[in-house]
Amino acid sequence: MLVPDDLQTRLIGLIAESKKVGPETIGPDTTFEELHIDSLDKINLSFSVEEAFGVEIPDAAIGTIRTVGDMVEGVRGLVAARVA
Amino acid sequence: MTRRVVVTGMGCVTPIGSSVESFRDSLFAGHSGIADHVFTDLPDGRTSGLKFTRTAQVQGFDPAAQLASAQVTGTERSSQMALVAAAQAMGESRLVAAYGGDRVGVVLGCSTGGRSAEEPETAKLYTVNARVHPLTVIRSMASAGASQVAIAHGVRGPVLNLSTACASGTHALGMAFHMVRAGMMEAAIAGGHEAPLTFGFLRAWDSMRVVSPTRCRPFAMDRDGMTLGEGAAIFCLETRDGALARGATIYGEIVGFGMSSDASHITQPDPAGAASAMTSALADAGLKAEAVGYVNAHGTGTAVNDAAEAEALRRVFGAGTVPVSSTKAQHGHSIGATGAMEAMVTLLALRDGLLPSTAGLMAADETLGLDLVMGAARPASCEFAMSNSLAFGGLNAVLLFRR
Repeated sequence: MLVPDDLQTRLIGLIAESKKVGPETIGPDTTFEELHIDSLDKINLSFSVEEAFGVEIPDAAIGTIRTVGDMVEGVRGLVAARVA
Repeated sequence: MTRRVVVTGMGCVTPIGSSVESFRDSLFAGHSGIADHVFTDLPDGRTSGLKFTRTAQVQGFDPAAQLASAQVTGTERSSQMALVAAAQAMGESRLVAAYGGDRVGVVLGCSTGGRSAEEPETAKLYTVNARVHPLTVIRSMASAGASQVAIAHGVRGPVLNLSTACASGTHALGMAFHMVRAGMMEAAIAGGHEAPLTFGFLRAWDSMRVVSPTRCRPFAMDRDGMTLGEGAAIFCLETRDGALARGATIYGEIVGFGMSSDASHITQPDPAGAASAMTSALADAGLKAEAVGYVNAHGTGTAVNDAAEAEALRRVFGAGTVPVSSTKAQHGHSIGATGAMEAMVTLLALRDGLLPSTAGLMAADETLGLDLVMGAARPASCEFAMSNSLAFGGLNAVLLFRR
């Protein structure tokens, strides 16, 4: 099972890769708006995250994600539910 | 003097009827063609993996009963639907006999081509290195339907296919209208066709998270996405003078066409682009907004489209001034065919003095500021009506019709 820091680091890596920015510029409090992640980017990123973590992000959850931390916590919950 | 362009033939294959009058009856009765999707191309032993179950399929479509065997062999479902719909329209209007094949054209909209011919062949190739069927190219090319219709009816003038995603059928009708008006051809067979409900296509749309897990409810407070469909709607266009001279039945007139590009985002619509296309159509027709008595909206049922289109409608018409409905909860969203089906809806609304309701709409999103036709069809005698198509990629096409 992933430890929290691993999950956050991996997820930030995916976001950094998708937006072509350095991972050091992204933290849990960084908003998607600051990263210029629009609705299509969110869907694209969610697909990468689903592939990387073996989870399925519900449609309704995607609309509520505002920050990187929101996504980290959401994915952490999905991973835990899968492992449990 | 401007050449006026009228519709003298119509034909259709749709999830709510495969003749104009059966489509008309289902339309005004509020029937929906949305039902559990029946797969015909799912690989053995596979479950679909889709998050939605419903589409608007044409049930019982039997091309062999309506087309020659050589036509069936050389085509796939999308072109077959175009051929059947065009035969209905030409059965009424007989444009080629009236004007000669050289003076008639075909302009159809088909966005994705013949997917049912291509997807299974590609799947075989990638998985078992099988041979590819030799007719795959001619069955699957997006212009196949336009060519097949031209061959079937001896049309030797301009023959085009337009692929502008969800606006293809509307762009095709609009361009055909302008070409006839300009004298580039005397008459045209025009419309849209699409049969995109293949396993791969449905999965691709599912991944975009824009398909309703329930059923399409345009402009509803709780709308949750679109429902995909299939079919064809084809029209015969000619000049009003020509139609009157030969005593052809006139369904209505096309008086305006406007198009624009948002040039902003590949999926996020910009209300300014849609408003610009509507304004262009009005200018093309020489009409003021208040002359329009009904708008058939693009109205996909996604949160984003319906909000942006409503804002565009408010900018052009003012809030709540013109009756609006979307009929996609009945015939589904058939991509390149949908605009042509909605053109048929709009012409029938003008002809019959009835505005179709937005099926399935129980609680309207009041923030949209629209006069939505809900419940039963609304009697209304109007002279002019508009039909909108707003495609992915920000491609907007708007037609204006006269009774």
